[in-house]
Amino acid sequence: MLHLTLDLGAVLLLALGLKGLSKVRTARMANGLAAVALVLAVLGLLLEQGLTGWSWMLLGLAAGGGAGALVAYRVPMTSMPEVVALFNGCGGMSSLLVALGAAALPAAGGRAALNRLELVSVLVSVLVGAITFSGSLVAMAKLQEWLATPGWTQRPARHAVNIALAAAALAFGLAWPMGWLAAPVALAGITTASLLLGIGLTLPIGGADMPVVISLLNSYSGVAAASAGFVVGSQLLIVAGAMVGAAGLILTQVMCTGMNRSLTSVLFGGALGASTPSGGGGAEAAVDDQSYSRVTSCSPEECALTLEAAERVVFVPGYGLAVAQAQHSLKELARLLESAGIEVAYAIHPVAGRMPGHMNVLLAEADVPYEQLIEMEAINPDFPRTDVVIVLGANDVVNPHAKTDPNSPLYGMPVLEVDQARSVFVVKRSLGAGYSGIRNALFELPHTSMVFGDAKAVLQQLTAELRTLGVGKVPVTAGR
Amino acid sequence: MSEALWVLLLGSLLGFELIGKVPPTLHTPLMSGANAISGITLLAALALIAQAPTPALQLVGAVALGFALFNVVGGFLVTDRMLAMFRQRGNG
Repeated sequence: MLHLTLDLGAVLLLALGLKGLSKVRTARMANGLAAVALVLAVLGLLLEQGLTGWSWMLLGLAAGGGAGALVAYRVPMTSMPEVVALFNGCGGMSSLLVALGAAALPAAGGRAALNRLELVSVLVSVLVGAITFSGSLVAMAKLQEWLATPGWTQRPARHAVNIALAAAALAFGLAWPMGWLAAPVALAGITTASLLLGIGLTLPIGGADMPVVISLLNSYSGVAAASAGFVVGSQLLIVAGAMVGAAGLILTQVMCTGMNRSLTSVLFGGALGASTPSGGGGAEAAVDDQSYSRVTSCSPEECALTLEAAERVVFVPGYGLAVAQAQHSLKELARLLESAGIEVAYAIHPVAGRMPGHMNVLLAEADVPYEQLIEMEAINPDFPRTDVVIVLGANDVVNPHAKTDPNSPLYGMPVLEVDQARSVFVVKRSLGAGYSGIRNALFELPHTSMVFGDAKAVLQQLTAELRTLGVGKVPVTAGR
Repeated sequence: MSEALWVLLLGSLLGFELIGKVPPTLHTPLMSGANAISGITLLAALALIAQAPTPALQLVGAVALGFALFNVVGGFLVTDRMLAMFRQRGNG
């Protein structure tokens, strides 16, 4: 009876945990509750089945748990999305291995033959687990920019390839219980086809949509876990897997809405902005420097002079800030401006960076006060009374075309209306296109100046320039 | 076995209801937390190890357990790291 109590306690805590994770105040405790739930679940299971094979359990515990803790503490905050993808892929791999192992159990004399429901569950676990694994690894590689979006993946033929792979997976899946193929051959077939399918489905999707993909793959790993629950006859596993699968689906939907994208266009539409109207093979969406005319650039010195005269400055952080690890330099500049009586705020676009909430995490790490991080809806009306906006490695989220040009792929996406400010400085390494490969009309506005350079270096130069201009020196009382 | 299907149905409905409005700030931590929970497939790996009659299958179970624990331990710790920053910020 004790193990049942533990199981029920685990389900209760998991539900409370998922619920609490969606509110800022309770999120951290909820995460702890969910962790406790997993410990209860493991205790319950061990109580029920005993410690047979404990040395193997210890081995898995030490290797997996140790590696997980190491990665979790070592990884820089900027690569959080990639790491979530990696963890997720490993969850999928686990379900895949368990299902393959369970399929081999009856022949090895470990259990009675699988019934029909268990057969289907093994197949679902293998299929979904493999897709989760390879899909997550592709997503991780894309976020790390180890992998570009190859041009050939943008052709409609990719759908045919994916359908063929799915059909192959199903055929192997059918061949196994029907005895058309030897079990190892059939299972190897479905595993291979599913792994390739995971790659085929994820590879054509542009980097900007990766967060949605990871969220969806996270939902898949819940499904894989639930079906593994059927295989081993664990109702707790079924309930937990189903909960995560469903919650992940809802979160995916919420994220799509936030990015003004539909799930189908993310999954099957190809990379955003990757297809050129001329239909050529140029899926790289090369927006080269020549396509920008009328761009003014300026030096950090000029920018500093404008900053010195400003009363209100708004920073717009983006992925460039994260790449340059410039959050601390930004905070230093902001502190200097504030000491000179200049009002400073940070405009946070919900999808700035590579993942929703990415910028909040990054700036929180640099101890930027909570009240200065202002969400898009709240700060947009304030841009007209803002003297200087400094855009730091953000691009698509400040593109005015999203409001004005119905032909733009970004049209309809809510953006930060920085073009309303008196002057705009865009700190960027080059005039290259944004992550989604779309040209930005902001760069050509008469009151916009480009400051070319690495975000961190430019911010440090600005701080140094302002210091030489005497900004932030111990004020009036000192006299001279 | 039909019991298990009821469990599946009710679990899914629960999952759909649990997540309602989520502020964008929490999208990443919530995804990461849910991802850690999905590592609960470690239960299946433990069951496999216990049932496995041969060392080869026990090894498969142990590797599966390793992958699942990598997901669980890493997932919860990374989520906690992210959320800890929000708390600091609230106090500051």
